[in-house]
Amino acid sequence: MPPPGFRLDLLWAVPALPLLGFVGNGMLALTRPKAKTAVSIIGVGVLVLSFAAAVAAVAGFVRLHPAAPLVFRYWEWMPVGDLRVDYALELDYLSAVMILVVTGVSALIHVFSVGYMGEDPGYARYFAYLNLFVFFMLTLVLGSSFPVMFVGWEGVGLCSYLLIGFWFNEKINADAGLKAFVVNRIGDFGFLVAMFLIFRHTGSLDFDAVFAQAPTAFTAGDAAITATTLLLLLGCTGKSAQIPLYTWLPDAMQGPTPVSALIHAATMVTAGVYLVARCNVLFALSPLSSATVAGVGALTALFAATIALKQWDIKRVLAYSTISQLGYMFLGVGTGAYAAGLFHLVTHAFFKALLFLGSGSVIHAMHHAYHATHSHEDAQDLRNMGGLRHHLPWTAGLMWIATLAIAGIPPFSGFFSKDEILGAAFARGTAEPIWLAYWVMGIAAALLTAFYMTRLMLYAFHGPNRTGEAERAHLHEAPWSMTGPLAVLGLLSFAGGVINVPALFGGHAFFRCSGRWRCRPESNGRSSSLRCSWRGWASSGRCGCSSPRRSCPRGWHPRSGASPESSGRSGTWTRCTTRSSCSRSSGSRARCCGRRSMRGSWTA
Amino acid sequence: MQFQLDAPWIPAWGIHYTVGVDGISLFMVLLTTLLVPLSVLGSYSYITTRERAFYALMLVLTSGMIGVFVSLDLFLFYVMWEVMLIPMYFIIGVWGGENRIYAAIKFFIYTMFGSLLMLVAILVLVYIVAQRTGAYSFSYTSVLAHAGGLGPAAFWLFGAFFLAFAIKVPMFPFHTWLPDAHVEAPTPGSVLLAGILLKMGTYGFLRFALPLFPAVALHPMVQTGIVVLSLIGIIYGGLVAMVQPDFKKLIAYSSVAHLGFVMLGIWALTLQSVQGALMVMINHGISTGALFFLIGMLYERRHTRLVAGFGGIAKVVPLFAGVLTIVSLSSIGLPSTNGFVGEFLVLLGAFKTYPVAATIAAAGVIVAAMYLLPALQRVIYNPLDKRENERLLDLSPRELAVLLPLVACIVWIGVYPKPLLRRMEPSAQQLIQTVRAASATVARGR
Repeated sequence: MPPPGFRLDLLWAVPALPLLGFVGNGMLALTRPKAKTAVSIIGVGVLVLSFAAAVAAVAGFVRLHPAAPLVFRYWEWMPVGDLRVDYALELDYLSAVMILVVTGVSALIHVFSVGYMGEDPGYARYFAYLNLFVFFMLTLVLGSSFPVMFVGWEGVGLCSYLLIGFWFNEKINADAGLKAFVVNRIGDFGFLVAMFLIFRHTGSLDFDAVFAQAPTAFTAGDAAITATTLLLLLGCTGKSAQIPLYTWLPDAMQGPTPVSALIHAATMVTAGVYLVARCNVLFALSPLSSATVAGVGALTALFAATIALKQWDIKRVLAYSTISQLGYMFLGVGTGAYAAGLFHLVTHAFFKALLFLGSGSVIHAMHHAYHATHSHEDAQDLRNMGGLRHHLPWTAGLMWIATLAIAGIPPFSGFFSKDEILGAAFARGTAEPIWLAYWVMGIAAALLTAFYMTRLMLYAFHGPNRTGEAERAHLHEAPWSMTGPLAVLGLLSFAGGVINVPALFGGHAFFRCSGRWRCRPESNGRSSSLRCSWRGWASSGRCGCSSPRRSCPRGWHPRSGASPESSGRSGTWTRCTTRSSCSRSSGSRARCCGRRSMRGSWTA
Repeated sequence: MQFQLDAPWIPAWGIHYTVGVDGISLFMVLLTTLLVPLSVLGSYSYITTRERAFYALMLVLTSGMIGVFVSLDLFLFYVMWEVMLIPMYFIIGVWGGENRIYAAIKFFIYTMFGSLLMLVAILVLVYIVAQRTGAYSFSYTSVLAHAGGLGPAAFWLFGAFFLAFAIKVPMFPFHTWLPDAHVEAPTPGSVLLAGILLKMGTYGFLRFALPLFPAVALHPMVQTGIVVLSLIGIIYGGLVAMVQPDFKKLIAYSSVAHLGFVMLGIWALTLQSVQGALMVMINHGISTGALFFLIGMLYERRHTRLVAGFGGIAKVVPLFAGVLTIVSLSSIGLPSTNGFVGEFLVLLGAFKTYPVAATIAAAGVIVAAMYLLPALQRVIYNPLDKRENERLLDLSPRELAVLLPLVACIVWIGVYPKPLLRRMEPSAQQLIQTVRAASATVARGR
């Protein structure tokens, strides 16, 4: 819609392309399941195009640098009385980061899957599900209202269910899928009721309207907002496998390994973190809920790390490690360090996807070796490995990079993100002692992380080989389609930290601007009110987009005569660039005046 | 009301043939006219004896069903209500399963009991109105206009209507005829029974029980009682469905749960909840209708409906498994299918009036996943361990022609329900305003 050259109009293609891939591959799965070349081209092609569209849209967005999220409305979904829910996508710094991570990592994992799943009879079905998952994940992060987000939220749960139980003729797989779905539904119940509470109090379900009204609709710290945010947190614990709803994730490892990498490490399980970050206005209104988020995160980080110490299944170690790292992210966003939490989400997506794909490469090799000798040994048991670095040198080297990153060794990416979270918790601990306890738990979990990851690496790649005499000859490195994505992820795991290097080393403001309203209660003795300002997430440093939104509620304003119905499709627009250039016209709609505004027209 | 037609039938008693549609009945009529042709297409290979009688009865049934939804004359409504009952009795009793006679008689006695009480209530109501106006008239609009201020009689009249409709819905504890009737009925009978006949009960509440007796319906005791019964229906129906070995019985109990949502939505009486209830009525017809078709197709192949008789058949019949998965997901209310739109609106609207009840009902969403998905797993997933399942035939083109329109509706209503919602809104709005205003007047008078 906005001016030509910005390519923001490509945003709809970002989720639409994977959906197209699902339809195409779904048709092929039902009619011609043997057409593997066509399936690969469609499956990987749509993801590469989707990534390109995401890059173009985000590049346009960054150049435009709008003061408020851009909302693209497509059609009305559930218009009933005062309820207005549109199918609309929203691009701001938060969703921009998320779509880059989701499409980028997904594209790599799709490429990996071509090699990993190449001999599976359900190849077409696999790619159909995987494409569908990416579509729902993008709907989740781009949706501009709670119900649209919920479409993605339950949709990714569905794909997780289908992919965990991908080899459905084994009961254990189907059971694991069912468990994941039902446990997630318990969380979704929380999400649903939270939506009802939000609608009851603010009269809307659109993010923009809800967050703008929340400070007046809710009283800071009262029961309603606390209940709302705790119910949202219940939803998050289900999706992100936090205490008490973490039990489904280890079982979810029954699915194909690339699925574990994509859904159960890099993207879907981080949806809870995304939701808390998205609703930071609501969580800021309830100190109790924020402390609960951080507490659940710290406890899960430590608790899951202790379980990971004694696992023998290579994927289960990584599963508990994921739960533990997600705990860090919750600690970050619960502390109010949203940039730090999101930063860890990004770096974790890189190194954990690498670890899972690396383990997939190991399992692939082990499985082939055992298959060749008709042995029934467990291909995922660390006790059957050892010395694999001689047979899988690339995998071993790249997985070491990821191990150093997750262990938080500088200058690998995990160091920067984990350090920011722990630093924020410690800083907050000076005022509120409970955060010091969280910080101690985080430090302890970090030590355990280094321990269990080193244990995994030593058992798998070093020491004498325990696979068996006959099998050893069959161990070999995976094809390039599998090691290629590993190498890219290795590079990102190593250097991903530069996205958000702390100010001490020069600094970078990538996440700083991904803020929204920041509110804190103010009391003048008799009455308490909320003071809100539009800020970035970083507690220190400048942010490029610090224009308050009260006087300029939207970056893009439909101009005279554009009715709300038509504003999504076509009309004229005005862009406010600074605070001083905004004023209220006679109507309720804000208008820009002065030189610092841009005008034009669009059609969507 | 649109497309109204009014012709004298028995003028001496003020009985007219008056029909018309509004936003509430329109979609019920459309649902009927969608499901009946599909049922006929679906019964092509299922009904192999006395075909002529069967299809004749189907046509009578169709007239009765559409008649119930469009009648604007109380006498005509009662006649249509009975007209639809008799063919269904024969469809179950003649073409049903082993225990068909028992099920048919149970169905008949239950429904007849309610409808006779309703007839008495209609006659009393018309008599009272005639005393006020000086002329007998069964016309809906005339009765509606003069039915205010009935006093204590309103309670008994409402009770009679309530029983008739509650049995039909069916609400807990009047639901016990439903599982028997469903299990024994032939596939087309089950589809129409679940898809259309159950909606007559909820339609009756919307068209008659609520507007005619608003003061009783909105009496706190009555309202609370009905909401509690709806909740019991949602949770109890789901829990009982969870342990059913017979797939058809499982779906029958899931209907009890779904109709619980409808009742909750109607009685919460907010715009969102009433429109949600209307959506659930449509969606339940589509999804449950499709589920019964699918089970019928399995039954034709294997002559068993027991969940345990299957397992792992997704490998043998991928197309069937795909359609069954989509329909099941719609039935458990996955967003972007039709099921979500209805349940979400009901709960969102009901939360305004009854936050606690809506929260409990939302827990029914978890229960829904817990009864349908395990059954789905035991039928199409798990090891393929029964030899007789290894040679099942996948869906034929005729069966696809039955199912694809329903799948298309599932996706279409899930993604773009606006055309439906927009046309319902004025009628729903008017209903709520009338009922609220009338009940407020009575409350002031008290």
